[in-house]
Amino acid sequence: MAALTPVSRTPVSFYVPVVGLFGALAGLFVGTAQGSTLGGIVLGAAIMALIALILTKALPSERAGRLALIGLGALAGYAMGGIAAGLIGLLFGWFFGWFTFWLFEGRYRAKLVPYLTPGQVLWHFTFRFICGAILVFLITPILVVMPLSFNAEAFFTFTPEMLRFDPAGYSLRHYRDFFTNSDWQSSLANSVRIAPVATLLSVSFGTLAAIGLSQPHVPFRRAIMAILISPMIVPLIISAAGMYFFYSRIGLQGTYIGVVLAHAALGIPFVIITVTATLVGFDSSLTRAAANMGANPVTTFFRVQMPLILPGVISGGLFAFITSFDEVVVVLFVGSAGQKTLPWQMFTGLREQISPTILAVATILVIISIALLTVVELLRRRSERLRGMSPS
Amino acid sequence: MSDSTHTGPMLAADGTTLKSSLNRALRRQKLRALMLIAPLLIFVLVTFIAPIADMLFRSVENQIVSDTLPRTTQMLGDWDADAADIPAPQVFEALYVDMFIATERKLHTRLGSRLNYELTGVSSLFRKSGRKVEDMGEVYQDQFEDLDKFWKKGANLNALFGAPDWQAAQAAWDTSDKKAQPKFKLRSGLETVLPQASEAFDVYARFTQGEDGKNLSKAKPWALIYSALYNDLVAQPAGLAALDAPGADELRAAAARVGDFDTVDFTAAFKKIDKDWVSQDVWRVIKTYSPRFTNGYFLNSIDMKKTADGPQMRAENEQLYIKLFIRTLFMSLVITGSCILLGYPVAWILANLPAKTANLLMILVLLPFWTSLLVRTSAWKVMLQQQGVINDTLVWLGLVADDSRLALINNQTGTIIAMTHILLPFMILPLFSVMKTIPPSYLRAAKSLGATNWTAFWRVYFPQSVPGIGAGSILVFILSIGYYITPEIVGGTTGTFISNRIAYHISSSLNWGLAAALGAILLAVVLGLYWAYDRIVGIDNVKLGG
Repeated sequence: MAALTPVSRTPVSFYVPVVGLFGALAGLFVGTAQGSTLGGIVLGAAIMALIALILTKALPSERAGRLALIGLGALAGYAMGGIAAGLIGLLFGWFFGWFTFWLFEGRYRAKLVPYLTPGQVLWHFTFRFICGAILVFLITPILVVMPLSFNAEAFFTFTPEMLRFDPAGYSLRHYRDFFTNSDWQSSLANSVRIAPVATLLSVSFGTLAAIGLSQPHVPFRRAIMAILISPMIVPLIISAAGMYFFYSRIGLQGTYIGVVLAHAALGIPFVIITVTATLVGFDSSLTRAAANMGANPVTTFFRVQMPLILPGVISGGLFAFITSFDEVVVVLFVGSAGQKTLPWQMFTGLREQISPTILAVATILVIISIALLTVVELLRRRSERLRGMSPS
Repeated sequence: MSDSTHTGPMLAADGTTLKSSLNRALRRQKLRALMLIAPLLIFVLVTFIAPIADMLFRSVENQIVSDTLPRTTQMLGDWDADAADIPAPQVFEALYVDMFIATERKLHTRLGSRLNYELTGVSSLFRKSGRKVEDMGEVYQDQFEDLDKFWKKGANLNALFGAPDWQAAQAAWDTSDKKAQPKFKLRSGLETVLPQASEAFDVYARFTQGEDGKNLSKAKPWALIYSALYNDLVAQPAGLAALDAPGADELRAAAARVGDFDTVDFTAAFKKIDKDWVSQDVWRVIKTYSPRFTNGYFLNSIDMKKTADGPQMRAENEQLYIKLFIRTLFMSLVITGSCILLGYPVAWILANLPAKTANLLMILVLLPFWTSLLVRTSAWKVMLQQQGVINDTLVWLGLVADDSRLALINNQTGTIIAMTHILLPFMILPLFSVMKTIPPSYLRAAKSLGATNWTAFWRVYFPQSVPGIGAGSILVFILSIGYYITPEIVGGTTGTFISNRIAYHISSSLNWGLAAALGAILLAVVLGLYWAYDRIVGIDNVKLGG
């Protein structure tokens, strides 16, 4: 976006105190860690204010100043606490260099409308900061798991070796454990045996029903919809309890078929929702046209309707697959030791014998989720393109 | 429009009236739609709705007491639970019969553990009684056997009680190697002469052949049959003189002598096993739980107890479930609240940023949404531990002393943090889709009319985003109220939900009825919210992943 507001340099009385304030904040942490909170604040404020002044007034070019500051930060950090602290110092230097010139050159106003008061500008950036923090909260747990899974020790936290980026602190031993341990391998095999069959069941039944539901005159549509969606709404523990009681009555408890049926039931709402959503954009005159040209209903379905709603069907299937692949409560009750799935194994691992192999599995699963997410997003775009909508 | 030369109703091409032709087409269309839906509907009804219905049924079902102790519970009907005295001797005799049969069938421990939920100690009482009840009637057996050697042999009894054609079949089976034993049939007319003994023998024979799977010809008769026989003979039945069966003479000889037999006082015998049998508490519990259906599980799940005088609150220190329900509701509310607080700004910024940036940031919301629940829960377990990443960071920054690390896990804090994170996408996505539809020009218009930032937001923007908040809140609340996995792993003892208690009752304490009742209450709450959600948002409008 082009600049909305012409930028101009700000006075020293503005940017030096602000940079000083941030310096004080940084000094607070460094100072507390070194033993003197107050000293840290004062020193941090003074140093950063001075640096800001030097950067803007004494040095010839912005580039040189910022590079120098990055180097300085890295060196100071390294002197204080090794490679990890050096890296943090480097980021520190980069941030303060960028921040000083961002304020000094008035760039922060560039993308804002000109009539904003300084208070509104401050709020704008505070709000952005808050949102950023929440997004960090959302993503951190997933990001933390990944490096920890390469831990050379059987710990759940970063070891000093890892923080020093010592290669000895990292290893693939947890991945090796996952791929060689028979417990993990059999649970993986069970998951792979259960999820696709359950998905197939829910997709085939679900797609048919979704087509039925999107016809214009369906009696009891609301009631039927409520029943079909209910597996998603009823708390899993209640579904699990009910299925446990009922399936043990009819002899399905502890069997492969029982688990597959239970998982298929849980996946159905997702198929129904995604496929009906796709069918909303389906032009029913196409099927009439096909019939007009002599195609029978089955041919019409497979040659005309199916290719158009396929993206919805596939993404519904992916939802159903991940529901079954992730599911632990129902399989815990309906299954027996012979149907122990990957999530079940993780659950027992977390509850009883804590082993960092879980983190390796978690990382693998995160990568699988990223792949699935990408597929669903691509399908959504394709579906919108097919239906003549522009991808948003 | 209509054909003016044609009078009367309009006709379709095939000659029927247009109206009926249209109706038929509509009916066919409806039928076709239903046919497409039917397979799935049946599938869901069988695999999902039937189990839920079964669970609801279990929450009131109580057939085990009257099935295991049929005679006792029937006799107890006349007993006044409020009276100071214990039940009549006939009740104890019925108890002897029931207990004897239940012990043989190994059902007494199951009933004991069932009644133990209502009165502690009943389980061990039943187990103890089961061991001793077999010897209780042996006095009669010994006396019969002393009287005549005839009574010692099971085969003689089979000849006396069995129908002649069954005896022939059984004799033939004994020498063959066929699998199925011919089913025992009682000698006709015998049940009028020896009603109790016939019944006892019938039960014995069926059990031996069926559940026990043993050869009836070689089995040793129960002591119960002899005590029943004594009871029958003491009454000097009229038909005895005319009875024509193998052993009828021995029977008549015994009938002449039974008056001199030593008898057993069953009340005293049970008292000897355990004093509890002559206390009213045990009998009151048995009488209270005699009916085939009970509201006892539901009363238990709201901290009440079923007594002979009607429902009563439990003692203060036994109350558990109301507190647990309140805690579940409270924590779900806190989680919903923090999801609104954290989700609103993010949804706002996603809805107001340029599409390209927003899509990029959306990935940060969708990735946790798509990541396995177990992965996220384990991540929080790793981060929140005493030696975990958060505490380590805080210590490193100097905000927390090394010896006073924060207790973030195995308590309510842990559950709230982890579940807020897990459910946050469910708040952001509906909020985002609502906010996307609010034109940003409204805010600008409000501001140009002189509203401050806050007024413009609060009076113009916020009211339009309320449907999104409603949809997201109900979704998050419904999901959180029934959560099991996360509280189980990060909740410790104080951060658990009602679901954890349900799971405990299913898998550990095996009190399935109570688990079903707790589940039924939870289900009622969720269905109420589901109904509200349908009202506010509509089930059709549920969206997944943006």
